[in-house]
Amino acid sequence: MLNKLVVENLKHRPVRTTLGILAIGLEVTMILTLAGLSRGMLEDSAQRTRGIGADVLVRPPGTSVIGLSTAPISDKMLDFLRKQPHVTFAMGTMVYPLGGVTTITGLNLDEFEKLSGGFSFTAGGPFTGAGDEVIVDEYYARQSGVRMGQRIEILNRQWRVAGIVRSGKLARIVVPLGQLQDLTGDNGKLSQIFLKVDQRENIPVVVQSLKAKLENYPIYSMEEFISLISVDNVPGLKAFIGVVIGVGVVVGFLIVFLSTYTAVLERTREIGILKSLGATPAFVLNLVFRETFILVIAGSLAGIAFSFVTRWAVMTLVPASLSQAIVPDWWPIAMLISLAGAALGALYPGLRAARQDPIEALAYD
Amino acid sequence: MTDRHIIEADDLRKVYRLGDLHVHALRGVELSVRAGEFLCVVGPSGSGKSTLFHILGGLTPPTGGKVRLDGQDLFGLTDSERTHLRRKKVGFVFQRYNLLPTLTASDNIEVARHLAGNGSNGRDPRFEEVLKLLGIHHRLHHKPRSLSGGEQQRVAIARAIVNQPAILLADEPTGNLDSKNSHIVMSLLKELNQYTGQTILVITHDMAVASFAHRVVHMRDGRITEEQVDYLGM
Repeated sequence: MLNKLVVENLKHRPVRTTLGILAIGLEVTMILTLAGLSRGMLEDSAQRTRGIGADVLVRPPGTSVIGLSTAPISDKMLDFLRKQPHVTFAMGTMVYPLGGVTTITGLNLDEFEKLSGGFSFTAGGPFTGAGDEVIVDEYYARQSGVRMGQRIEILNRQWRVAGIVRSGKLARIVVPLGQLQDLTGDNGKLSQIFLKVDQRENIPVVVQSLKAKLENYPIYSMEEFISLISVDNVPGLKAFIGVVIGVGVVVGFLIVFLSTYTAVLERTREIGILKSLGATPAFVLNLVFRETFILVIAGSLAGIAFSFVTRWAVMTLVPASLSQAIVPDWWPIAMLISLAGAALGALYPGLRAARQDPIEALAYD
Repeated sequence: MTDRHIIEADDLRKVYRLGDLHVHALRGVELSVRAGEFLCVVGPSGSGKSTLFHILGGLTPPTGGKVRLDGQDLFGLTDSERTHLRRKKVGFVFQRYNLLPTLTASDNIEVARHLAGNGSNGRDPRFEEVLKLLGIHHRLHHKPRSLSGGEQQRVAIARAIVNQPAILLADEPTGNLDSKNSHIVMSLLKELNQYTGQTILVITHDMAVASFAHRVVHMRDGRITEEQVDYLGM
């Protein structure tokens, strides 16, 4: 009977119920979208890094795990690294930002071939040497609607798409290293250097040895580097997620508080009727909390559905840039977060309803 | 009617404070209601009859005096105990019907049954008869907004007696009805009293309503001023 009363109350005020569900849905969407974007970007980055096939990574001094926007390493470092014990090969790349989170990578295809076996082309092939040629991955081609042989503008220059490669290796947009260095005025400079080591067990030896010789350079085994590509290691990201979740809880609290408060006021007389029939304060509080719980469950389901919509919107509005993952493991977390905010929001109006004097409530118009 | 008293009110006083002003709503009311009795409390507006109704129903405590409901000291109980007693022993009928607008007539009755802990124990043949007597058995699946005032009040009566309370308290039950429906509702209360032995106390300002009662008590200025038994030859 209690559940029937709750459901009928919600059905009786469809606009308020729908708005409550939508508002909680938006809160959940906000959390899921942020968590999805963080994970999507990081997983994408980790997958492409894993696909390189290198054993050790040398980064410029002062850089974090995520993000490269400069090329401060001299390419003379390559010769130094190639001469180190157990190092069989070294390849440098240059990464240049194109806006947002999109970057372009300059590399020498022959060297990349030696390091990782090269790209797997689904259309076209390697650079022909004709100049102004670009290779893009399938994801970028699909998202940006780029076709083989088409000319696309990057860095105020027209590039011919020489090849489209399978996603998951190093970068989405690749041009010849020398040409990118010329274009950006970074001749002879690299953003990072990948090393191949003779035997797997020698990787820690090489890392330790290089750390001793290149004190200020962050040097990682690739395994360690990939494990570091997480929310915890992106400066400020964890705090940012925390702030957004906090805002979500506050928004949920305010929405439910306002909605429940007005509902309790609106239903003062009904609460008086229930009390005259012998409803205890606990019964009334239970009623309010059950309504809130249903709103949270429905709102969370709506939020999960909306997160698919935001994923679609991200991919449509900023193609081949941001990558949003669907994060089922965050669904219960987002639901609990919104439930916490909603429970806090329902507490005061619920207690107010529970303490309602039946005579005053029955006289309420 | 028996000699057992369902209600015994002794020296009931109620004072409301409005700022510095003390309003004496009841000034020492003595009243007893016997099991099976149909009693009307009549008085003009401001006579204290609604305050008496609320106190006898356990909805608000008196400032002084005692009320025994079916043998129990109503205000010697905790709020929670009084709430539980009210569920079982008192049925209310209000002037404005006070049905829950979100529920059907049937569910409105069911809520009272649920709150009293009687749950849905299937169909109660006796209660089915009462519903027929009230003439609402075919309107039970309608929500209050699609029922007439008279029908709503009859549903409210059904809700009030579904748990077989010791007393049915009705506050101006015909106040929102036209004369035809007023007569129907009062006749039904009278029939309920006669056929089921339900003890009924009606508060009203309308002497025509009072004509249905065994006994009529007049109130003025917070006091009982007059009592008539078998009013108009009943």
